[in-house]
Amino acid sequence: MGDLLWILVSAMLVSNFTLSLFLGLCPFMGVSARVETALRMGMANIFVLVITSICAWLLNTYVLPYAPYLRLISFIVVIASLVQIVEMAIRKISPTLFRELGIFLPLITTNCAILGFAIFQTNRGYGFLEGLTFAVGAGLGLTLALVLMASIRETSELSSVPAMARNMGLVLIIAGSLSLAFMGFAGLFST
Amino acid sequence: MRATTPAEDFVRGIWKENPVLVQLLGLCPALAVTNTVANSIAMGLATFFVLVGSSLLVSTFKKVIPHEVRISAYILIIATFVTIADLVLAAVVPLIHKELGAFIALIVVNCMILGRQEAFASKRPIGRALLDAVGTGVGFMIAMLMMGTFREVLGNGSILGVPLFGDNFEPWVIFILPPGGFLTLGFILLAFGWWQERKSDTARIRQWPHGVATPSREEAA
Repeated sequence: MGDLLWILVSAMLVSNFTLSLFLGLCPFMGVSARVETALRMGMANIFVLVITSICAWLLNTYVLPYAPYLRLISFIVVIASLVQIVEMAIRKISPTLFRELGIFLPLITTNCAILGFAIFQTNRGYGFLEGLTFAVGAGLGLTLALVLMASIRETSELSSVPAMARNMGLVLIIAGSLSLAFMGFAGLFST
Repeated sequence: MRATTPAEDFVRGIWKENPVLVQLLGLCPALAVTNTVANSIAMGLATFFVLVGSSLLVSTFKKVIPHEVRISAYILIIATFVTIADLVLAAVVPLIHKELGAFIALIVVNCMILGRQEAFASKRPIGRALLDAVGTGVGFMIAMLMMGTFREVLGNGSILGVPLFGDNFEPWVIFILPPGGFLTLGFILLAFGWWQERKSDTARIRQWPHGVATPSREEAA
């Protein structure tokens, strides 16, 4: 149990996917202008990560021992197609949920956070339950980073910034400061 | 689409539409593995190889690939080249391969590469696709080298492991840690913004040389 908690908190805060591993930067830069969109993007990410975790575990246990060189290709193909199928199912079963998350799903199916997650889970040899915990932790971490970033950007929109910082430069400097703040969590588990 | 000359196809990726510095594509590797110059070079070369190889294949088979499944087909082609690059790097430079870790595999989902296939290689003849891929790849390598040099010099006081400043230099460690990646690219973009701002200011002065009062950017906004 302690192990699972450690996996959850470490994926969420200590080695946050976006701010210390640089995974999932495209949505982090692109969809972080409004808090509400950022929150929904985060939810969609958690959803896809959980599916990925289950897929990767199944592939690692039953298929890849026989053909290890197919790892990368099979991960991508299986994850992308399964997310597509689940998307269709959701559209049929719950149109409201689909409107909430749907538009983001195609964007993130082969995002680096998703593939990176599958590879990390494999490299660390996580079992089924550990993998699921890791997925939820990583997803929460992504959501946290997205929402923090979106709140700061919403506020900074109304302030007068120097003209040279009106492109993405400002966003990157903000991200740097956030990442600096998250480094403080590194001491969380040292004792 | 406007017709372009071969030279334009080549230069565009290096300067005007530099993938990292202007379009902000392929940020994951550009920020994650540029903490030393050696890593940046290895990553730049691997990406270059994958980009050129897959542009060549996609452009060759553009008539055969059905439109509906083109993205999947591109990803399969890219993943094949990434697997080759991964195995080659593991055999030739095992130490660097270990340091880059999962980020070699993540070249597959580099949006820059998929973007070039979708926007260019799938519509143009093979020669042009190659030129474009080489240009974009060189642009990516230049950006990687810029960031790698900046970060290693400030964060470790060395280039390619060779110390530059002698014993009294206190390394600015933050630049080889994750925040340094964001800050470095941020500073580079700020510098670009400043340069562009200055250029447009000089253009305004040239247009109104006798001091006609034109609203400055701040007042107009």
